[in-house]
Amino acid sequence: MKQNDLILQTVTKVAAFVILLFAVAIFLGGHYSPGGGFVGGLMTSAAIVLLLLAFDIKTVTGILPIDYKLMIGSGLFISSLTVAGGLFFGVPLMTHVYQYVDLPLLGHISLHTAVLFDLGVYLVVVGVTMTIIQTIGESE
Amino acid sequence: MNNLTFMPVLWPLFTGILLIFFAKKIKLQRGISLFSSLIGIVISFYLVITVHNQGILTLGVGSWDAPFGIVIVADMLSSLLVLTTNIIGFAILLYSFYSIGEERERHYYYPVFQFLLIGVNGAFLTGDLFNLFVFFEVMLMASYVLLVLGGTKIQLRESLKYIIVNVLSSSFFVIMVAYLYSVVGTLNMADISQRISEVNQPGIISVIAIGFLIVFGLKGAIFPLFQWLPGSYYAPPIPVMALFGALLTKVGIYSIFRTYTLMFYHDQDFTHTFLAILAILTIIIGVIGAIAYWDVKKIIIYNIIIAVGVILFGISVMNEQALSGSILYIIHDMLIKAALFLLVGIMIKISGSDDLRDMGGLIKQYPAVAWTFFIAAISLAGIPPFSGFAGKLLILQGAAEKGAYLGMAVILISSLMVLYSVMKIFMNGFWGTPKADYALTNGKVNKMLVPAVLLVIISVLFGVGTESVYPYITQAVDSLMNPEIYNKAVLKE
Repeated sequence: MKQNDLILQTVTKVAAFVILLFAVAIFLGGHYSPGGGFVGGLMTSAAIVLLLLAFDIKTVTGILPIDYKLMIGSGLFISSLTVAGGLFFGVPLMTHVYQYVDLPLLGHISLHTAVLFDLGVYLVVVGVTMTIIQTIGESE
Repeated sequence: MNNLTFMPVLWPLFTGILLIFFAKKIKLQRGISLFSSLIGIVISFYLVITVHNQGILTLGVGSWDAPFGIVIVADMLSSLLVLTTNIIGFAILLYSFYSIGEERERHYYYPVFQFLLIGVNGAFLTGDLFNLFVFFEVMLMASYVLLVLGGTKIQLRESLKYIIVNVLSSSFFVIMVAYLYSVVGTLNMADISQRISEVNQPGIISVIAIGFLIVFGLKGAIFPLFQWLPGSYYAPPIPVMALFGALLTKVGIYSIFRTYTLMFYHDQDFTHTFLAILAILTIIIGVIGAIAYWDVKKIIIYNIIIAVGVILFGISVMNEQALSGSILYIIHDMLIKAALFLLVGIMIKISGSDDLRDMGGLIKQYPAVAWTFFIAAISLAGIPPFSGFAGKLLILQGAAEKGAYLGMAVILISSLMVLYSVMKIFMNGFWGTPKADYALTNGKVNKMLVPAVLLVIISVLFGVGTESVYPYITQAVDSLMNPEIYNKAVLKE
């Protein structure tokens, strides 16, 4: 019997975007308030999983044609680069710097290299979660 | 501050990441891995030289100074072990090309290989107890993957056991770290050492010391905690087995080295005697296993356990000779165990069976394999001038000085038994009449033989040139015997 999931699909179309946006907010808020790459990444994968549940793997890979294993690699690479940054400036590895700047629209905010590290974490978390879920999902 | 200290970790990390992107291009992966391993050897060699010239190197990661941040500390012991690790990594990598099989190579064998090296190098180099746990985990994660990769029935069964044992011991590790932290209030090893010596190691710290012995003993396979090892190491293909046998247990032993010389050395009557008893029992159990089996892999695996006992006995004696003996012996054992596993792997590949009773007469067709094995075997048993000799001699000297005659006797007898167990392989495997037509051509065998020969040559040089290596060993022992040297280098930069 084919299940009728019209309600789920309709809600998902809206909810997935809300979750994704919230994930971005959480990710960027991470440095000075609760949040960060790990939580943001988990939330993003939650949004994708919701899409997977409401539709199917084929549709989702159509929307997001991403090789999640390469995503893990890219994430690791970005994080490791920020770790290795210390080599080029003659300071201990993993040293981070920040600066307060005035940006148009956003105003007075601090830019921190830890965000780059967190971006790597974000990608790795999304990559790992989705790889696991896809691998489990495919066999069914 | 010296970023070189962390390079043996950072370099394989970047290699591993790069390899993820070329997962399906096997030739390219091999090339990158091999090249990177060579550079890895150069880096760690340079690290040893630098430590020799400048003394202990430290790096306060993220510009946070000890004891508040995490420090990476390269003293002589760490750097020597890192160098050995990288040499072994290179040899096993070379061997993997001809034996691991394309299926595994396409499924991230090489990246995970590099991640394992990160964990091992990191565990050797870190100067922070919790960070040690983190690198243990990195190493274990990689080893889970390597163990299960390929997914044969025996691998799945043994992986399950291996994971359960290690998850248990890891949680126990964290618990012990927490206990120690609640008593001394710091995680930096040098700081812990100082604070423990201020309070002169009360009973609670000795209890924690035994707790750590259980944790590291589980990883290093000492007497009552070794049961998982013969099964788990038996399951994966030969290169992985060699990697595990040569490196993983040694990380456990290194941790005992570190904790029992740097932190818990005030109540030696209790802690070190306990360690000595366990070490002797470990040797005895290992010997029984090594003699009992006819399976070549099992014989070598039980020889790991014997070596663990010998090295730990050296630590428990805790004087200059014994410790330098232990350091010599751990390096020797890493090299020669890796070589023996590779050689045994070749024998299994040729004869198609791992039971000695199905082998025989290999020497006629493959003399090179036979003689390499012979040299490796007598090195393992510690016959002069090969590499096992000096280490054992020093351990025995140290033990004699301390009057630990029982341990001496056990080690001496165990040497004979080790000799017997490997000669059993040599006589049954290489002598006699061939049991079958061995189809493998010498060309193919020689390709696989190269890394083993390489390791044996290094180990022979290490044995013959012990005299010239000795200044480095003395330097390593200095910072073990006098924790103030280590503490000063870490805390007063």
